[in-house]
Amino acid sequence: MRIARRILFWAAVAFIVAWSVGPFVWQMNASFQQDKNLTSATPDFFPFPGGTLQHYYNVFVTKGFGQYVVNSVIVAGSATVIGMLIASVGAYALARLSLPGRSVVLALILGFSMFPQIALVAPLYILQNNLHLLNTYEGLSTAYLGLTLALMVYIMYGYFRQIPLEMEEAAKIDGAGTMRIIRSVIAPLAIPGVVTAGLLGFMLNWQEFMLALAFTSTPDRQTIPVGIANFTGLFFVPWGDMAAASVAVTVPIIVLVLVFQRRIVAGVTAGAVKG
Amino acid sequence: MSVSLSPQPREEVAGAARRRRKPLRLFSSEVRAGFLLLLPTVVVVLAISLYPVARTLWMSLRNTSPILQQDDYVGLRNYSGLLTDSGFWNAWRHTMIFTGVSTLLETLLGLGFALVLHQAFRGRGFVRAVVLIPWAIPTVVTSRLFGYLFDGQTGLVNYLLTQAGLIDHNINFTGDVRTAMATIILADVWKTTPFMMLLLLAALQTVPKELYESASVDGASPWRQFWTMTLPIISPALLIAALIRTLDAFRIFDLPYVLTGGGPANSTEVLSTLAYKTLFSGSQYGLGSGMATLMFVTEALIAIGFAVFLVRRFAATGT
Repeated sequence: MRIARRILFWAAVAFIVAWSVGPFVWQMNASFQQDKNLTSATPDFFPFPGGTLQHYYNVFVTKGFGQYVVNSVIVAGSATVIGMLIASVGAYALARLSLPGRSVVLALILGFSMFPQIALVAPLYILQNNLHLLNTYEGLSTAYLGLTLALMVYIMYGYFRQIPLEMEEAAKIDGAGTMRIIRSVIAPLAIPGVVTAGLLGFMLNWQEFMLALAFTSTPDRQTIPVGIANFTGLFFVPWGDMAAASVAVTVPIIVLVLVFQRRIVAGVTAGAVKG
Repeated sequence: MSVSLSPQPREEVAGAARRRRKPLRLFSSEVRAGFLLLLPTVVVVLAISLYPVARTLWMSLRNTSPILQQDDYVGLRNYSGLLTDSGFWNAWRHTMIFTGVSTLLETLLGLGFALVLHQAFRGRGFVRAVVLIPWAIPTVVTSRLFGYLFDGQTGLVNYLLTQAGLIDHNINFTGDVRTAMATIILADVWKTTPFMMLLLLAALQTVPKELYESASVDGASPWRQFWTMTLPIISPALLIAALIRTLDAFRIFDLPYVLTGGGPANSTEVLSTLAYKTLFSGSQYGLGSGMATLMFVTEALIAIGFAVFLVRRFAATGT
């Protein structure tokens, strides 16, 4: 009974690991396979020996996929950094200052962020068209800022609330102004919250698809998800090239998640359970 | 909530003394600074969330279409058209099926994963890390990944099922009306189970260890402990997690758009993809806005339903 239970438990662990890494490992395998192996009836489970870097060459040298990466870094990166700046001061005000009606403000900020993207995309498209912002970094980045700001404010708010008020009181008594208090008392304690919010915001921005699809129209401004979605071959599905592009853009984000695992897990549970 | 007018608590001697010296200036400067700090957030939310939603509501009452060069008030005509349109109800039904099935499976699987990863075992840290991988992968990449796995000619799933003797000819998973939606659901379950697992693992960690110890002493089996202790304690978190997932799943766009494009024969057309096509391929802003509005009306009803259920449950158990 005891042994049976142990075997069952380890089988469950093995299933969880295989389920989690299997599909992506399979895509990595495909990215190194030669085309003839990818189209044969019997799949090849190990790319080496006989593997190739041809697909990576095709994607990044021949097809210029690197431009999508540059675009994504600029758009998602700028939206995240600006979002962190705006959200940190906003969340500070909501969490630390005695503002009249702040709970109403917080509820409204969160409430407006609940609307589905499809309800925002057309008006923002029209607006950006009128302002000549379509197919620009600024246009997409601004839209992403709006998409992730509420989440960032909410996560930071949760962190800032936990910093002891006494420290701030003491600084006030010593005659420090609000800005000075933020800089020398709050900031060092608040940085974990700001980083967590930034990481989650960046992950959302990095994979956003609908707005990028609607607002950008040429490869010199399109982001990675649009680039991968537009991946089609003329005569056959370029599984190898597609896998190479997918692996190349996904490995960094997986590394990011694994390195910042604790922060991201804390951010997800704080942002979700309380919301 | 005007704090400057409310009496100060007696404990705050230092604060009170400070405020007595210059009472009004200090507070008004704090409030002023607060609103100044909050201003950028409010501006962004108004411009990029509130304004578009308001404009969507407004456009849903018009026949706005840049191609037809028309932009007139039509009252509720878009809505009456949609509510009698089989294409809209087709997408609505698919969205409900996708949302219900994927949320249910993600909750069950996420709970299973969380229960396993809540146990102490060698290598738990490693497993807790790798389990996040599907969640870290961008959804468009997931779509391509499942397109490859479930390909009708060279897909691994067809190969494995054939080898196992379960099928005698390849199934065109994404191209067959009987399997396309199931494939999309599976892809979503794969991608999102880690998220549910994280929320449920956090909930499991709130269950006091002493409860399990005393239950074991009393001879309660793990199975019984789960049903009588664990599940009741984590069920509020479980329901809230399911609500978050439901609202998110209802907006599903990336997976069907990339994996099947809504096909075959519209069998995977969901509200977001239909509304997107209506807005950007059909250039019918009025009609598409009506769809988007009906979408968040449905979402609001679901959220209210969940809330009523939660409140009743809490009232019933007295917690």
